[in-house]
Amino acid sequence: MSLDLTSDERHIAGGTDGAAMAMRIVAESATLLGAPRLIPIASAHIDGALYHGDSGTLFAERLVEGGARVAVRATLNVGALDLMGCSRVRLEEPQRSMARRMMEAYRKLGCEQSWTCAPYQAGHRPAFGTDVAWGESNAVVFCNSVLGARTNRYGDFLDIACAISGRAPDYGLHQAENRRASLVLDVSALPPEFLASEIAWPVLGSLYGREVGNAIGVVTGVEKNPGEDALKAFGAAAASSGAVGLFHISGVTPEAPDAATALGGVEAETVIRVTPDMVRQAQARLSTAESTDRIDAVAIGSPHLSLAEFDALERLMAGRRLAVPIHACTGRHVLTELDSDGRRKALEALGVVIVADTCVVVTPILPDQADGVLMTNSGKFAHYAPGNTGYAVLYGSLADCVESAVIGRPVFARLNS
Amino acid sequence: MSTHAEILVPGKAGEGPALILSAPISFWGGVDAKSGRIADVRHPECGQCISGKVLFLPGTIGSSSASAVLMELVHAGHAPAALVLHEPDAILLLGLIVAREMGWQTPVAVKLPREAFSAFKGRHVRVDADGEISVSD
Repeated sequence: MSLDLTSDERHIAGGTDGAAMAMRIVAESATLLGAPRLIPIASAHIDGALYHGDSGTLFAERLVEGGARVAVRATLNVGALDLMGCSRVRLEEPQRSMARRMMEAYRKLGCEQSWTCAPYQAGHRPAFGTDVAWGESNAVVFCNSVLGARTNRYGDFLDIACAISGRAPDYGLHQAENRRASLVLDVSALPPEFLASEIAWPVLGSLYGREVGNAIGVVTGVEKNPGEDALKAFGAAAASSGAVGLFHISGVTPEAPDAATALGGVEAETVIRVTPDMVRQAQARLSTAESTDRIDAVAIGSPHLSLAEFDALERLMAGRRLAVPIHACTGRHVLTELDSDGRRKALEALGVVIVADTCVVVTPILPDQADGVLMTNSGKFAHYAPGNTGYAVLYGSLADCVESAVIGRPVFARLNS
Repeated sequence: MSTHAEILVPGKAGEGPALILSAPISFWGGVDAKSGRIADVRHPECGQCISGKVLFLPGTIGSSSASAVLMELVHAGHAPAALVLHEPDAILLLGLIVAREMGWQTPVAVKLPREAFSAFKGRHVRVDADGEISVSD
């Protein structure tokens, strides 16, 4: 099947400006994917403004020089700098200037200065069933699974190209028949107290991603909606350990009122019955640190912390001073709230390092330490910290992270899975 | 020995030692964008360098920034000599599509079933611009 562009689309692609470049990138991707046509999109979330090297900056500036502007609402994922000045980013020149130029170029293209990987908690929530083009693996999976809007996993550069052209290739998760689950992940054998714990969702997410790869699964056996922050943690972990773009949870997510509906009335190809032992293994895999007698830093907030998660942090800290800093990553949508009633200053006075607009695994913020140990409650941080920061990871719940940061060495509460 | 593979993204022919990954990889967080070294400590081929190799990919996972990492490798001259993928990967290959749009020379990317990868293990491999994959040692 070959790609059929409208005469308008062909006309735009034949030009020499930024809009032409964007349309050609969308069309070439559509050809690669075997999409028959392009479809209009309602919004975009752009992951491409994070500096990985000069090539990305040069691309964004080429679009700006070509007079390109986004045609739909487009929020920005994190950048490499903390523009709010909360934390110190150790990015040196000339990379620092190139990262700033990149962020500036995306602003000039008309993108919103949201700088968060949780745009869905910063007021960008596309309606159920609408087609959008979102980038950043956790944002994609949340948008599809929890909001029920339709997006593929748009890679860096295609996201902005879609936003400028206002179009996306018609394939994959934009089509209803490709959103059905083919696999069941049954967690009913796990103790209810484990499923009610915070740690359950990042751990199950990590297990899910590893088990399903790029298939679509429906999780069954969840009695109670775990809440939006738990679903956020599940999706982020699943999209780190697998190529997950969409999951369903029976009775919880909007396209799965029950398992049969999520499966489209067809028998599941695979049923995975999750045992407590599988959970223990998945949890153990999140840690890479061999020695567990010390920690050098704690990082939370991947995806970016919500206000409710800051509430939990404050509750657990209970005014105690930290021996090891907690890096709390969030977006300016939450920072504004924290600032308005003095909570940010109070947290910082106790040893919390607030990180805004960016996070500790995408840019150098943690001290440069060869054998550092990072403790985290985030399945996504656990997955990416070793490769991106050089720190070994110790995985624990938020409560464990806080207690360990207060005492200055790792402590774990016993929890039965 | 040679086989013909479908072209996913046209590009320059390339040759080099075969590097066959035994597990899917996330380029972002898994491959150092400055050097091409595999940095994911959980990956079986951690520590190997993809730069200049004919890279056989059984699959990709994780971040949507894979495209940015591959484009950066292309721009800095550290790209693989050629890419052989089990299936088209819209995120990773975007790095090549955009690099071409920027006018930079990119390696050819072709499609080959992952079951056929092992025949090239330990060999010096050439991938032609028309998709012909051959052993050259």
